[in-house]
Amino acid sequence: MTPEAPAKKQINVPVMADLAARNESPEILFWVGCAGAFDDRYKRVTRAFVRILEHVGTKYAVLGLEESCTGDPAKRAGNEFLFQMQAMTNITTLNGYGIKKIVTACPHCFNTIKNEYPALGGDYEVIHHSTYLQQLINEGKVGVTGGESFKGRRITFHDSCYLGRANDIYEAPRDVLAALDADLVEMKRSRANGLCCGAGGAQMWKEAEPGKKEINIERTEEALATLAGKAEALANLGGVETETSTPSQHDLQGSIIAVSCPFCMTMMSDGVKNKEQESKVQVFDLAELVASAEGINA
Amino acid sequence: MPSILQSQTFPLPYLYRMLQSIIFLLLLVAAFGFFAWQVRKVRANILVGRDRDMSGNTAERFKKTLLVAFGQQKMFKRLTPALLHLIVYVGFLVINVEVIEIVVDGLFGTHRFLSFLGPVYDALMATNEILGALVLLAVAAFWWRRNSASPVRRFTGPELRAWPKLDANIILYVEVVLMAALFTMNTADLKLHQLRGEDLPGTFPISSLLTGLFSDNASTLHLLERVGWWAHIIGIFLFLNYLPSSKHFHIIITFPNVWFSRLVPQGQFSNVDSITHEVKAMMDPSYVVPPAPTAPDGSALAPTSFGAKDVEDLPWTSLMNAYSCTECGRCTSVCPANLTGKLLSPRKIIMDTRDRMEEKYESPLIFRPNVYGAEAKHEPITDLANATLLRGKVTPEELWACTTCNACVESCPVNINPLESIIEMRRFLVLEESAAPNSLNVMFSNIENNGAPWAFSPSDRFNWADDLFAVEKTAATV
Repeated sequence: MTPEAPAKKQINVPVMADLAARNESPEILFWVGCAGAFDDRYKRVTRAFVRILEHVGTKYAVLGLEESCTGDPAKRAGNEFLFQMQAMTNITTLNGYGIKKIVTACPHCFNTIKNEYPALGGDYEVIHHSTYLQQLINEGKVGVTGGESFKGRRITFHDSCYLGRANDIYEAPRDVLAALDADLVEMKRSRANGLCCGAGGAQMWKEAEPGKKEINIERTEEALATLAGKAEALANLGGVETETSTPSQHDLQGSIIAVSCPFCMTMMSDGVKNKEQESKVQVFDLAELVASAEGINA
Repeated sequence: MPSILQSQTFPLPYLYRMLQSIIFLLLLVAAFGFFAWQVRKVRANILVGRDRDMSGNTAERFKKTLLVAFGQQKMFKRLTPALLHLIVYVGFLVINVEVIEIVVDGLFGTHRFLSFLGPVYDALMATNEILGALVLLAVAAFWWRRNSASPVRRFTGPELRAWPKLDANIILYVEVVLMAALFTMNTADLKLHQLRGEDLPGTFPISSLLTGLFSDNASTLHLLERVGWWAHIIGIFLFLNYLPSSKHFHIIITFPNVWFSRLVPQGQFSNVDSITHEVKAMMDPSYVVPPAPTAPDGSALAPTSFGAKDVEDLPWTSLMNAYSCTECGRCTSVCPANLTGKLLSPRKIIMDTRDRMEEKYESPLIFRPNVYGAEAKHEPITDLANATLLRGKVTPEELWACTTCNACVESCPVNINPLESIIEMRRFLVLEESAAPNSLNVMFSNIENNGAPWAFSPSDRFNWADDLFAVEKTAATV
């Protein structure tokens, strides 16, 4: 390997309309989602995932300007009419291109397209990127070597509600992280008992109702205490009646909170900043970690 | 087997036994008849809900009922309460075999009629006694968890005061009385037989320890045995008829509630069919909207609202949920909004739904609906007749605090879905009243205008792909 001059190539992301014009069809449609397209932080996740798709040579495409909000936040907020308008518009687009298989990096898009579009005429195989990355690793297409080493770094995974409880996907993201050979630590409230980041159900777009605390602060405190191995901070978590063994203490430097959802990304990043730990603890999406480990970021 | 009244002469015990059988029969018929009448009222309340077809998937529903209802699968997320509850649950099931014996004895004047089972009867009685003792210990633990100076957090909260708190304790006290009656009956019977130098059929590991506490007088023992016997069965009859007024009704309705629970992924919310027709007609003018359902006589039905304002706007399954709630508070204890001090408590929404049903439609014998004060930010309701579930009991502030994270749904041991009721009421607020928080209205118009919930220009949607580079890994660089 020559570290001074890695060969770089520019990626021209294939757009579905162009493929259709050439009478081609992709193996997968990458559903970017609004956060993946507009949110500065999550755009980096979108770009990392595209690098991975290019790297493994998957034939993929995106809708580009033809993509529109799935309607998830409207539906969770009670605006069923707006949701169905969005859903049917998107279904018309997707069916028009004869899309069969969709991969997305957003659990909310994933849940909505997978579970709520079929009754409205949109039947697709829908895969969340955590499952897709797990498959690539299992198939040996991604070796998670050659780039940044995560060996020994403390990582805790924050479950997204819409991936976990909503769709029972708990192991795929953990399998992806396990491939990094990092020091994985579980929060007390994890998997089916995971605590929401606070952004679901359209909370992302409004102020929280009056209360004692923001939900993302509660969750970030748990993540930081878990990474630091602070037993006393974990002893009296709400909603947990079981005891855990006393963890050993660790320096937070270099620790990572791993997420798999754009809203969790925002909430956990804000939480880490609020706790003034951003110089020590970083929040990354699974795709970013895989792309870094694979050494394909440029 | 000697009659306990064998010392008396023929006509009196015969008459006494006849009379006892008749009184018992009357009590039995009255208890079950009255209970059936109360259950009909519960059923009527549940059926005010909107239709929802829950037929089919028999095999999957059977499996779920076996695991979640009979097997208490979801209780075992928390070991301590699960084990305590298991004791009371198994005790209830096994001791009910003895109730069958009591009923037969009561009707036909027999005494311990199941004793012909021999060693099986020995095992049954021994199991009963050991479970009975364990139930008393479990009940004591339950009482302590609720009533000590620092109770388990989920047994606190604005919705768990007054009647709900008393109801929970009444159930525990009744269980103590029933177990005490059982032990009184067995101990007296055992001692009576010991005095006569006879063997009482059955093995009684607990009562045999208690015989020393009882009098040596045969007629006192007779009386104690009868008092224990009657107290146990009358206690059960009364408790049965208390159930429809209590959260303890869960011991029955859990089974249908789990049977009819949703089988789809928890993240899947229902689609509103009437809106689907409307949207399809908008997008495709040739789309034929199916005719609206009509009343049985063919007349047009009043159009239903979007979402739920009151109990009859909720699907009947949500109303059955309300009757299945044991007010255990697992949902509220894991709710991220509640944990961080917001007003929302999923348990309160379920309890409010039951209170509202019973306030508007059929009320149970004991009806003490929750009244919330300033703490729950409720405006005093002066117009009870026109109050509705939404605003009358559940405030928009509660509904808007929900993150739809499904923690409440996941945690419920009897598969209650508070989230579905929350969403139905949000739908009413948004679609019928345009009463969403303003920031959400901004989000809605962003989606309408930009195809994204944020105020970005749709033409910038693909900018993320600009200047995108990757390291090209060749065989040499790997």
